[in-house]
Amino acid sequence: MKAAEAIVKCLINENVDTVFGYPGGHILEVYEALRKSKIRHVLVRQEQAAAHSASGYARVSGKVGVCITTSGPGATNLITGIATAYMDSIPLVAITGQVNSTKIGRDMFQEADITGATESFTKHSYLVKNENDLPRIIKEAFYIASTGRPGPVLIDIPSDIQAAEIEKLVIPETVNIRGYKPTIKGHVGQIKRAVKAISESKRPLIIAGGGVLLSHAEGELLSFVEKTGIPLVHTLMGKGSLPGDNRHYIGMIGNHGFSEANRAVAKADLLIIIGTRVADRAWGGISDQTNEEARIIHIDVDPAEIGKNVGTHIPLVGDARTILTQMIDRVDRVDTDEWLKELKSFKKEHIKRKKEKAGSIDPKYVIETISKKLDDNAVIVADVGQNQIWAARHFEDKIGRRFLTSGGLGTMGYGLPAAVGAKIAAPDRQVVAVVGDGGFQMSLYELGTISQNNLDIIILLFNNSRLGMVRELQDRYYGKTNAVDLDKNPDFIKLCDAYGIKGVRINSDSELEDAFETAIRHKGPFLLECVVDPNESTIL
Amino acid sequence: MSRHVLSVLVENQSGVLSRVSGLFSRRGYNIDSLSVGETEDPKVSRMTIVVRGDDYILEQIKKQLNKLIDVIKIVELDPQQSVFRELAMIKVNTTMETRASIIEIVSIFRANIVDVSNETLTVEMTGDESKIEAFINLMNNYGIVEVVRTGLTAIERGSRHIKIQTRSEEE
Repeated sequence: MKAAEAIVKCLINENVDTVFGYPGGHILEVYEALRKSKIRHVLVRQEQAAAHSASGYARVSGKVGVCITTSGPGATNLITGIATAYMDSIPLVAITGQVNSTKIGRDMFQEADITGATESFTKHSYLVKNENDLPRIIKEAFYIASTGRPGPVLIDIPSDIQAAEIEKLVIPETVNIRGYKPTIKGHVGQIKRAVKAISESKRPLIIAGGGVLLSHAEGELLSFVEKTGIPLVHTLMGKGSLPGDNRHYIGMIGNHGFSEANRAVAKADLLIIIGTRVADRAWGGISDQTNEEARIIHIDVDPAEIGKNVGTHIPLVGDARTILTQMIDRVDRVDTDEWLKELKSFKKEHIKRKKEKAGSIDPKYVIETISKKLDDNAVIVADVGQNQIWAARHFEDKIGRRFLTSGGLGTMGYGLPAAVGAKIAAPDRQVVAVVGDGGFQMSLYELGTISQNNLDIIILLFNNSRLGMVRELQDRYYGKTNAVDLDKNPDFIKLCDAYGIKGVRINSDSELEDAFETAIRHKGPFLLECVVDPNESTIL
Repeated sequence: MSRHVLSVLVENQSGVLSRVSGLFSRRGYNIDSLSVGETEDPKVSRMTIVVRGDDYILEQIKKQLNKLIDVIKIVELDPQQSVFRELAMIKVNTTMETRASIIEIVSIFRANIVDVSNETLTVEMTGDESKIEAFINLMNNYGIVEVVRTGLTAIERGSRHIKIQTRSEEE
């Protein structure tokens, strides 16, 4: 059997039914084997999108996302997508073609050292030198990508290795890597300390991060919150870890979070941090005011995250879901009534729009409206920038809903291809891609993929003809702006029309409900363009 | 910023050295020296890494190294319980007049002369860093042409040794 066929067999063995990719000269053998297989290949229009789509697919399906590209530029185009997945701990396997193994290092046509180039943002990578190693390597790659703290794994396969003959394909059943044994269960002694700290606390608070969603611990977290009565805030990546209508739900923390959530962190006497590194954007605006006396329990599957950004009194290494399960039976109810009352008093009335501005739409109103209209299992994919923060702050979390965004790397252009992956993973769920006119144009080419596959995605475009978040920063720091003006934007409705995608542009809040109904009813992709004031603010 | 000596067992595979050294530069850790070679098990290499940093940095270095799939085990060596050695080769200018006194110093340091020419003398010596520094200092008086050093390598004293444990996943 040809090694390329073995590769495809190994993928099928890993339960892969969909891959995102772009063919080329040094991955021909794999594509020929794919053609003969039952695996669905989604042709993207640029390789970066293959990684983002695989990421969106992974986040919605709970499986490992797979992307395949050729060597050289195909591989280097993947880099931003791989780095994006790495920063958000998304399980991906990226397969790249490579030049003939005997010619590596001679600067051949379309040669690039992709394992070297991606070293600092892959969880692991392989350059395959012997075709007989392929079954083990693929098995290991999926295992590494999906266990412990998930992340992208890259397999670089030279063209001659793809074409080589494997005598007998034996796929190993288990994986044993002596340098990789992730800790899943929490240390019992530490759990006892954590439970004691909870029982002694007066103002406990949970900070939930993306790790809660990655370990599928939403149910356990809800039980934990209900049993203990402990209120919860979350990071951007932790959005969706607790339904927004739960009485313990306080809100999102961070630079772009809600002040009541940030104040809650500052006032708490016990922080239970679950599945988050508490990065600068989440901790911003809090760190100066944190209660020095506050004790910190940090639950994370990655021991290196504990103590990295915030000091910890009780470290708890392990899987969030497993540890919450271990803790639930041991914890008692904490009397948090006063504390909850105090927290609720922090909550300001959302500033309502003073009056409707002529010719532009209030994006916060848009998100609040679509949040009401969308299904309880809808997937919303936010790009990066103001659109992302509008979506994160105003889209209501419900059990079953998913909010996807590039939280760690902050990759503009993530939204559209990630929505492609999400829709392909869950064809029966509503998928909305929230994008700005900046990020939309970074991935415009994916309109081709969306059209070709007739993906029923609503593209919600906030067009303020600006790189709005940068404009705001420049305004604040320099009083002047530079290089943020997108005034000569194309007519996006016409552009989508050229791809055979229907669309509507609206300029006022009053048009929104009807237009969104149309978008929901429409079968196939739909662009809803909302014209937004160029000076619209991110938060206020 | 105190100095620490780490013994790191890694898979003896291509790319490992680059992953380890890349980690140090990427995360901004200072590395004094790194030496690497095969161990009693040909599938395992042992790196001796000398790093500088406070407790926070040292802890991060160990944890981040541990995240590398190819890293099997990391042990920080206690200077009191370990033997630290480095090999250096030093090429010194010599003349008829200076040769005898150089040879005298070499013998005091229990170093070896590995090459002699009309103008130079090459000395090979092993020792801990202070011994090598002291020797280099003395040789400076004669004029050093070249110094080549391997960086520190280290082993624990007595019967203590670094074992590769096989942990179960659920541990």
